[in-house]
Amino acid sequence: MQGPLLDFLRAARSAGLRISPAESIDAVRAVEVVGFTERERLRDTLSLVLAKTVEEKRQFEECFDRFFRRDSFRTEGPVGPGAAPSAPSVSLPGEAAGGGGGGALARMLLEGDQPGLATAMEQAAAEAGLSNIALFTQVNLFTRRILERMGLQELEREIAQLGDAPAATRLRQGRDWLREQVKDFVRQHLQLFAEGENERYREQRLQQTRLTTISRRDQDRMRILVRAMARRLATQYGRNRKRDRRGQLDTRRTLRRNMGWGGTPFLTVWKQQRIEKPKLVVLCDVSGSVAALAQFLLLFLYSLKEALSGLRAFAFAGELIEVSEILEREPVEKAIPQIMDRIGFGSSNYGNSLADFERGWMQILDSRTTVIILGDGRGNRTDPRVDILKRMADRSKQIIWLNPEYRTIWGTGDSDMLRYAPHCRITAVCNTLKHLERVISDLLRDGG
Amino acid sequence: MSAAFHELLHSIEATERGLEGVGYIASRPIATAVYLAHHLRKPILVEGPAGVGKTELAKAVSAWLGIPLVRMQCYEGLDESKALYEWKYGKQLLYTQILKDKLGTALGEEPGLEAALARLHGFGDLFFSEHFLEPRPLLRALREPRGAVLLVDEVDKADQEFEAFLLEILSDYQVTIPEIGTVQAVVPPIVLLTSNSMRDLGDALKRRCLHLHIGLPDAKLEGRIVATRVPGIEAGLRRQLVSFVQQLRELDLKKLPSVSETIDWARVLVLLHAHALDADLVRNTLNVLLKFESDIETAEPQLAAMLQKARREAEPVG
Ligand SMILES: Nc1ncnc2c1ncn2[C@@H]1O[C@H](COP(=O)(O)OP(=O)(O)O)[C@@H](O)[C@H]1O
Ligand SMILES: [Mg+2]
Repeated sequence: MQGPLLDFLRAARSAGLRISPAESIDAVRAVEVVGFTERERLRDTLSLVLAKTVEEKRQFEECFDRFFRRDSFRTEGPVGPGAAPSAPSVSLPGEAAGGGGGGALARMLLEGDQPGLATAMEQAAAEAGLSNIALFTQVNLFTRRILERMGLQELEREIAQLGDAPAATRLRQGRDWLREQVKDFVRQHLQLFAEGENERYREQRLQQTRLTTISRRDQDRMRILVRAMARRLATQYGRNRKRDRRGQLDTRRTLRRNMGWGGTPFLTVWKQQRIEKPKLVVLCDVSGSVAALAQFLLLFLYSLKEALSGLRAFAFAGELIEVSEILEREPVEKAIPQIMDRIGFGSSNYGNSLADFERGWMQILDSRTTVIILGDGRGNRTDPRVDILKRMADRSKQIIWLNPEYRTIWGTGDSDMLRYAPHCRITAVCNTLKHLERVISDLLRDGG
Repeated sequence: MSAAFHELLHSIEATERGLEGVGYIASRPIATAVYLAHHLRKPILVEGPAGVGKTELAKAVSAWLGIPLVRMQCYEGLDESKALYEWKYGKQLLYTQILKDKLGTALGEEPGLEAALARLHGFGDLFFSEHFLEPRPLLRALREPRGAVLLVDEVDKADQEFEAFLLEILSDYQVTIPEIGTVQAVVPPIVLLTSNSMRDLGDALKRRCLHLHIGLPDAKLEGRIVATRVPGIEAGLRRQLVSFVQQLRELDLKKLPSVSETIDWARVLVLLHAHALDADLVRNTLNVLLKFESDIETAEPQLAAMLQKARREAEPVG
């Protein structure tokens, strides 16, 4: 019983489930209690022990089904159930020579003995260490090893000896069919045992990839990652929090708490600091290459709304418009193209856009607001209107500027970044998901 | 070890039947969780939306096994002294006052200061003994001679530090009170922790627990729950109502109606002597199911179609 269970645990790990050693032990103990035979019960049990979030339960179930489905043969092909069930239609050279255990594989193929073949394949796979497979380049190697252990060489010899006999043709077909079956089996294992590794590797890579250059194919996956990341932060910071200011006694509350025993301070109460949820105003450059990044920033922020006490979003290129409403209504991936239709494509004019903001919305900034500006600060040599940014900084709590360009090229060419920077409390390079996460989790941790 | 209720938990099926006997309809995973919690001596962490029977499960287990339910409701700021034990400060203080008058007599004719102090120390121990100990839920659960069901309700509302403390106790079902010594559970309690997922719980706690997720039930299970909880309802109406609620949950609502709302609705319909759903009835009682004005608006245009389908599905087959 332990063998298959341990194999399953390995498959579950590579499917991305985090299973601690203690949980592995729990799984073994639990299976001792409920048994390994009844599939449904086994699944309920292992799910209780191994999968600890709804998402993990979904992953677990997928992996469980895949694992226990893997050993079934496809049922078509020359050795399908239609083939003669018992009596071999031709005599084999091995038999003619007196049997001697030889030709077992040939016999199973001719008889269409699927259960026998499946068992032989399982056994050969175990001997070949198939559950260690890690790379798709190993598929052929393992296929060959398994076939050899099942008696391929002997089969080839028999085929050669039979010459032109009809049995030779049937065996040749049987051999080719078997090779495909084994290959499928190996591929399934690869999926089972190695896919998670690939997946994890890919996620790590994606987190470090420049968001501005991300391929269309990876965009969906990226959105899933962004949402997951935002969810994690939102649950962590979704409530108002307090933290003790260590070492500062709150005398008033201490006295009140201890009134019951004449003011003798049995219980001490420390001063606490309330951490407010941030109130954000975001201005995103959606021109040219910055647009892709804007999409992820907006997606991020709108996915963690419950960790914010307010959020208003603005998009700009040549001019600036408010986009809060459309983002409330539509998923970000649908909203962005609509926004682009309205103002994208023009070349950036930061000065103009800041002036638009000052005219329409300056009054929404107050001492609790954090302003996030996302852009490369390249206004195509138009007036940057640094004076407006300064007034925004004066009215608000702080300005955070996220720039997708590396610091070394800030201020080169038409970049006004270095002129804006003195009015920002934080300026940061931001062009990967990792960067985004860092900036936003800092913001949430310290409160806005 | 051999708790009196051990016999009752001899199989998953027996667990399922036992819970049903006290009015709780357990899905297979739920019954399996309770069964394993006892046999592996592990707490169950129950997560899921509000009103799906998390708290009720603990009550049902306690009722079925005939052992006390010790409930600890969690909240922000809950700490060790509220959860485990506290010294009865008031009583201690009172005794000090009384003793002050007796001090002279008590110290008697002790010659030196040292001897007097030693004697005082002897009294000091008295203040931190059983007489002055106020046991809170966790300690009470450990001390129940026949075992108990310990319900740590809505643990996600407590602070993260509290989790660490909880973990310590749940790892070996014992605590050490410095002044008194170690208290080891006579019979390990069956522990259920519930969470509405307000925040993510720590990995350590999750690793220690069996993790049970109770979601919204399918129509069959929900029908059985309603039948148990509202026995007065006619079968036809019950099928209609369950089908209707199931359809409501397909809509894009802010808050999906939970089992508790289905039960409330069933009760209201019985009070109104309803035999079948009709448009007016549904419209007039919809606020029992949907708590947000905007959700009611979302549902309005669909009502007729959902009602029709509910009627169709409720027709006895054959
Ligand atoms: N499986 C069930 N069997 C019987 N009653 C149930 C079941 N699930 C929910 N209920 C009923 O639903 C109501 C809400 O359950 P409760 O345990 O308070 O929800 P939660 O703790 O998950 O928020 C309870 O009054 C209970 O009667
Ligand atoms: Mg509850």
